[in-house]
Amino acid sequence: MVIVTLVFYLFAAIAVASAMMVVLSRNPVHSVLWLILTFFSAAAIFILMGAEFIAMLLMIVYVGAVAVLFLFVVMMLDVDFAKLRGSVAQYTPLGLLIGLILIAELGMAYGTWIFAKDAPEMRAAVMPAPDQVENTAAIGQILYTDYVYMFQAAGLILFVAMIGAIVLTMRHRPDVKRQNILTQIYRDPAKSVELKDIKPGQGL
Amino acid sequence: MLSNDISVILPELMLVVYAMAALMVGVYSRKQDAISNLILWTTVVVLAVAGFWIGLSPEGTSTAFNEAFINDGFARFSKVTLLWGAAAILALSREYLAKNKLLKYEYPLLITLSVVGMMMMVSAGDLMALYLGLELQSLALYVIASFRRDSLRSTEAGLKYFVLGALSSGLLLYGASLVYGFAGTTVFSGIYTVVEGEGLSLGLLFGLVFLVTGMAFKVSAVPFHMWTPDVYEGSPTPVTGLFATAPKMAAAAMIARVLFDAFGEVISDWQQILVFLSLGSMYLGSVAAIGQTNIKRLMAYSSIGHMGFALMGLAAGTEQGVQALLIYMAIYVTMNVGVFAFILNMERDGQAVTDIASLGLYSKVAPARAFALAVLMFSLAGIPPLVGFFGKFYALTAAIDAGLFWLAVAGAFASVIGAFYYLRIVFYMYFGKETAPLTGAMPTLHWVFLGGASGAMVLGVVNLFGVETIAGLAAATLLN
Repeated sequence: MVIVTLVFYLFAAIAVASAMMVVLSRNPVHSVLWLILTFFSAAAIFILMGAEFIAMLLMIVYVGAVAVLFLFVVMMLDVDFAKLRGSVAQYTPLGLLIGLILIAELGMAYGTWIFAKDAPEMRAAVMPAPDQVENTAAIGQILYTDYVYMFQAAGLILFVAMIGAIVLTMRHRPDVKRQNILTQIYRDPAKSVELKDIKPGQGL
Repeated sequence: MLSNDISVILPELMLVVYAMAALMVGVYSRKQDAISNLILWTTVVVLAVAGFWIGLSPEGTSTAFNEAFINDGFARFSKVTLLWGAAAILALSREYLAKNKLLKYEYPLLITLSVVGMMMMVSAGDLMALYLGLELQSLALYVIASFRRDSLRSTEAGLKYFVLGALSSGLLLYGASLVYGFAGTTVFSGIYTVVEGEGLSLGLLFGLVFLVTGMAFKVSAVPFHMWTPDVYEGSPTPVTGLFATAPKMAAAAMIARVLFDAFGEVISDWQQILVFLSLGSMYLGSVAAIGQTNIKRLMAYSSIGHMGFALMGLAAGTEQGVQALLIYMAIYVTMNVGVFAFILNMERDGQAVTDIASLGLYSKVAPARAFALAVLMFSLAGIPPLVGFFGKFYALTAAIDAGLFWLAVAGAFASVIGAFYYLRIVFYMYFGKETAPLTGAMPTLHWVFLGGASGAMVLGVVNLFGVETIAGLAAATLLN
C-alpha cells in the first residue's frame, strides 16, 4: 500500500509540475511536449485507480492523436505566442484574484458537503462490479445497450462536426488540374501515339 | 424493449435518417444549385410535417432508454413550436442565401440536425442526454453562424459564439458532474427522489447553480448575454432569424425541464436565481436597445428582454407559470418569424440594409408592409389589444399569483421602457425623415409570413387560437 501511495504522489507531482510548465514555458513546442508528459502522468494515475481503459484512451487518443496534432499546428502556424502572452499578462492579476476567491468559496463550502445517502451505491449500480469484469468488458456491456441513445447522439455530434469542418473550409477550385486515374488507364496507344514518317532533311 | 424505445423517439430518428439520406443525395449530385434548392424545400416540408406528426400524436407520457428521453405534453408543445419556427425561417432564407451565393445543401441539413438536438433537449430526462442534445444543437448553430465564410463579421460571430458556447457548456458540465456526484444519479427522476428525501445538500445546490448558469447562457439571459448582440449582428440574416426563434424555445423549455423534473421539490432555492435572471434581462433588454441603430442588434436586445419575461413565468415556479412560459414562447416565435420576413427584405439596390434610419417614411414606399411591421412592433412592445400583450399578461399574472408582486411591477415598468424602441421603428416608418427608399421587392412567401404573423397578432386576440388551453395541458404534464 505504501508503494501505491508513493507512486501516486510521484505521478501526481509530475503531472502538476509539467502542467505548470505547459503554461510557463516560452517555446510553444516545449509546451506541447510538457502537455504530453502531463497526459502520461494522468494515465498512470488512472491505472492506479484501476481504470485501465481510460488510461489507454488517454495514451492513444490524447497523446497519440491530439497532442501530435497540436504539435503540427504549433509548428506550422506562424503565431507569435510571446506577443499573445503579453496581452494575457495584463489580465493575470485579476484572473488570479477571481480564481483564489472561487477556490476559497468552494473550500469553505467543502466542509459541509454531504453525499446523498445512497449516492455511492447508486453510482456503483450502473456498472457491474469492477472485480468481476475488466473495464473494457464493463463498458461494452452498457455502452450499446443502456446507453445506446447517448452513444448514437455522440455519433451525431461528430457527424455535425464533420459536416461543419467541410462546409467552412472546403473550396472547389476550378483552375486546378486533377489526376483522373480512369482516363489514364483507358488511354489507348492507338489514339494517343501517332507515328509520323519524316523525310530525311525535313523538319516537322 | 428496444423497439419500444425506438417507437418513442421515432420522429427524431426519422429526421436524422432524412438528414443523412439528403446529405448523400447532395454529395453525389452533379447539379449543386438545383439539388440545394430541392433539399431546402424538402427540409421545410419535412420539418413542418414532423411538427404536425408530433402535434397530432396521442396524448400521454412515455419514456425511452431508461428515462433518458421523455415524450410528454410539455415536450410535444415545445417541439411543435420549434419545428414550425425552424421550418418557417428556413423557407424564408432561400432568397437571401441564393442572392449571397450561400445556397448549399448543407445549410438545411445542419438546421435539421440542430433541430434534432433541440428536440433532444426538450425531451431530456437525464443530464447526459440533456448535454448531448445541447451540444448537437449548438455545434450546428456555430457552423451556420459563420456560414458566410468570406465575411469577416460572420466568421467572427461564429467564433465568438463557439468560444462562449464552449465556456457555458463547461459550466453546465461542471454543474452536472457535481449533481451526479452528490445525488448519485444523472436521471432527473432519481435526482428528484434524492432531493425529496434528503433535501438539497450544499453540493447539489452548487451543481444546480452551475447548471442554471450554463443554461442561462443558451437563452442569453443577463448576465450571460454578452455574446448575443455581436452574434446576431454578424451572422447571416436568416441565421439570426433562426437564433431568435427555435433555439430560444428549446433552451427555455430545457430550463423548465431541469428545474421542475429534477429540482421541483426545492422551488424556493432556484426561484431567486430566476428572479434575478429575469429582472436583469428585462431591464437590460429594454434599456440597452434604445441606443441601437442596427435592426439585427436591436432584435438581439429585444430577444434578451423577451427571455426575461419568459423566465418570469418560470420564476413563478407554478403550473400557471410554465403555461405562461409556453404561451409566451409560442407568441414570441410567431412575432419573430414575421419580423425577420421583413428584415430579410430590407435592401437598397441589391445591398442588404440593416440601419433603422433607412426605414424613414417607409409607409409611403410600401404601405402594406409598413403596416404589417407596425402591428408586429406594437405586439412585440406588448401594447394591449394585440396578442403580444397577452403573452406578457400571462407571465405577469403567474408572477403575481406566486407572490412575486414586485417582480411583476418591475416587469411592467421594463415593458414600458422597452416599448420606446419598438415604437421608434413605427415612428420612423410613418413620421420619420425621408431617406433614399428601400427597393427590395418582397417575394410572395415572405409577404405571406409577414402578413400572417401580423394577422395572427390581431386575430389571435379572440382566443389565442386555442394555444392557452393546449399550453395549460402541456404545463400540467411537466408538473404531474
